[in-house]
Amino acid sequence: MDLNKKFTPETWPANPERATLEAKNKFVGFWLFIAGEVILFSTLFGVYIALKDKGISGPEFSAQELYELPLVFVMTMLLLTSSLTSVFAMYHMKNYNFKKMQIWLSVTAFLGLGFLMLEVYEFAHYAQLGFTYNNSAFSSAFFTLVGTHGFHVAIGLVWITLLIFRNAKRGLNLYNATKYYTFSLYWHFIDVVWVFIFTVVYLMGVVG
Amino acid sequence: MSSVAQKRSFGATVWDWMTTVDHKKIGILYLLGGLFFFVLGGIEALIIRLQLLKPNNDLVSAGLFNELITMHGTTMIFLAAMPILFGLMNAIMPLQIGARDVAFPFINSLGLWMFIFGGIFLNLSWFFGQVPDAGWTSYTSLAITSEGHGIDFYAIGLQIAGGGTLMAGINFLVTIINMRAPGMTYMRMPLFTWTTFVASALILFAFPPLTIGLFMLTFDRLFGGNFFDHTMGGNTIIWEHIFWIFGHPEVYILILPAFGIFSEVFPIFARKRLFGYASMVFATVLIGFLGFMVWAHHMFTVGLGPTANAIFAVATMAIAVPTGVKIFNWLLTIWGGSIKVTVPMLYALGFIPSFVMGGVTGIMQGAAPLDYQLHDSYFIVAHFHYVIVGGVVLGIFSGMTLWWPKMFGVMLSETLGKWTFWFFFIGFHLTFLIQHWLGFWGMPRRVWTYMDGQGWNSANFISTIGAMLMGIGVIIFLINVIKSHVQKKPVPNDPWGDGRTLEWAIPSPPPFYNFAQTPLVRGLDSVWIEKQEGNESGLTPAEPVQDIHMPNGSIIPFLMTLGIFVAGFGAMYRLETSWGLPVLVLGLFFTFATMSARSLKDDLGFYVKKEQVLKDLKEKGGKI
Repeated sequence: MDLNKKFTPETWPANPERATLEAKNKFVGFWLFIAGEVILFSTLFGVYIALKDKGISGPEFSAQELYELPLVFVMTMLLLTSSLTSVFAMYHMKNYNFKKMQIWLSVTAFLGLGFLMLEVYEFAHYAQLGFTYNNSAFSSAFFTLVGTHGFHVAIGLVWITLLIFRNAKRGLNLYNATKYYTFSLYWHFIDVVWVFIFTVVYLMGVVG
Repeated sequence: MSSVAQKRSFGATVWDWMTTVDHKKIGILYLLGGLFFFVLGGIEALIIRLQLLKPNNDLVSAGLFNELITMHGTTMIFLAAMPILFGLMNAIMPLQIGARDVAFPFINSLGLWMFIFGGIFLNLSWFFGQVPDAGWTSYTSLAITSEGHGIDFYAIGLQIAGGGTLMAGINFLVTIINMRAPGMTYMRMPLFTWTTFVASALILFAFPPLTIGLFMLTFDRLFGGNFFDHTMGGNTIIWEHIFWIFGHPEVYILILPAFGIFSEVFPIFARKRLFGYASMVFATVLIGFLGFMVWAHHMFTVGLGPTANAIFAVATMAIAVPTGVKIFNWLLTIWGGSIKVTVPMLYALGFIPSFVMGGVTGIMQGAAPLDYQLHDSYFIVAHFHYVIVGGVVLGIFSGMTLWWPKMFGVMLSETLGKWTFWFFFIGFHLTFLIQHWLGFWGMPRRVWTYMDGQGWNSANFISTIGAMLMGIGVIIFLINVIKSHVQKKPVPNDPWGDGRTLEWAIPSPPPFYNFAQTPLVRGLDSVWIEKQEGNESGLTPAEPVQDIHMPNGSIIPFLMTLGIFVAGFGAMYRLETSWGLPVLVLGLFFTFATMSARSLKDDLGFYVKKEQVLKDLKEKGGKI
């Protein structure tokens, strides 16, 4: 593949993320990877549901008492919005508008960072209350499920930061278009997982 | 193995193998690594049988016995059977679909090194004197209270190896979806490719639960988690569910590729096309699907209740239907064929009755009330060895013998091969047939020794003799490999003379780009069709000779895995030493740094020039 080939919005292919064989491989491979991740998170959800409120040292550590919806609401909004901005970025990627794509991806990254910092705050807050990882089966299940999601967010942030800086000077080509696109797939997936966490962990936790 | 490699210095050759992304070389490394662990697991099995040779034996201590059975099972499943099958899949599947490499050569290499380092990690436990001892299923009621670091070696070692398996699965899936040659539709794919495809799909959906299960086990033991500690609200049954949601599909991950191998062997040596190709494909997919619906039949005695047990019993018995379809198709493939009884064919013929016996005892256990009687007895041991050895291991031997000339350019001796078969086959039945009765007579599995006067003495003695015969068979196989490689007679493209699929139309071993020209596939058993129509090369090219794009080698997969390996030791010694935590962090940091390096550095591959391809073709005497 010739990385120096110059495109214009007119010559840029309609689906740049799968215009070459390697790109197609990465595209299909990433969807399969997400399928595996779905199973991985399903297992964690199953474990969480089985261990909910099990072994807690006091009523203040039950799901109903512990969770604070306002904070989680803000986190949800940040992450959902970041998913939207990543869609804008992909829109500009398909139109071969590199600068706008980079800007929207940076916005995505900042929103993701905001989410992650609030999650760190939330965890620290729980730990301060005494609800640590070792507290009970419930706490282990909670921190493992939500923490695994947070870890995915962190990986995504490192990934997109590397992509933004690596390609800042050379623009779009058919090699990195796939990388950007798979990142956006990943980001949407993380978002979907969060929707389930928000529902199953927080909403169902508070409602009881 | 190529003539180029021999001219290089030793160091350069080692470097070449460490950095290779060539699917054939990775296949060879998987195969050799798997064979090494197969011998290791076999030695463990022999010690187990020697301990049980006579009543009140004290060859090994009770604790060591637990370690031996745990490591035997774990090694054979994760480090022997799967890697050997992966070796064959890697080396052969891309050839069968007319591809020049797999979809992700880099990830392929990463998967290989994760298997090797995971296997080393697990087996280093022997040198640390703290060996996993909770059985290969590692039920957590035992595992979280096991002293020393044995279970940690199990959890972290399998975590590393399992990660590699997951990557290999995704890689095979994408290869088959995207990289088939022109004309190679799904319903023209050889059965070995089909079973690779379905087994890879099972890997994709079965291994993530294992990943989570092993993480939870690790967290419970090393980081203060409480998933399985009932005093803290945990629940050990969760582990059993997760383990078997992984574990049952796992046995289909093992047996389906073996089915694929036999589906190649029968048509070649009966010289007749596979009977009921479409129903074979359908049965494979159906077995794969049903494989996820039956995990709780391992847990009938847990107390899930009659409704759950009944549902899982019915689902279990349903699997007999597609399996029966396969058995009858194989029989009808042989029927009326012009049969050549070669070594691969011998294994295939021996497989049918052996595997049927294993399958029938499986149905017996599928009946939940009977399972209450059979549970945890030697009947179970006999059953799963009949399906794993009588199915998977015979398949592995058959496939290795069949494709050895294609992978290494060396034909294995037929005479020694037949000696191996008869020793192994007779030894196998001698070892495990009698164990059914041992189970009926009440001998529980996983016992270190037994008392005199229970009527178990002669049966155990016979079983041990059988195990030794199997050992002799494997030794003859190893002698065969060494002898054949010393003689090193060159082999033609199609050494068996009746090859039907694309791999038999290219040199043995193939050039690193496999096909000088991508072939055009005009039907099932492409090479057979071409030969029938008078095209002796067996191939119709789909493109002119042109530059060929190939991937670059890389050391990064090796380094990435090294980081995880080191981090594993850090995690294990975090609690009792001061260096544990820094080593854990450093190892993970190193891995993430190498991942970033991979992301930042463009890797566009290189081109084999058209002139070079033409020159190779001329030397090999091939036609264009």
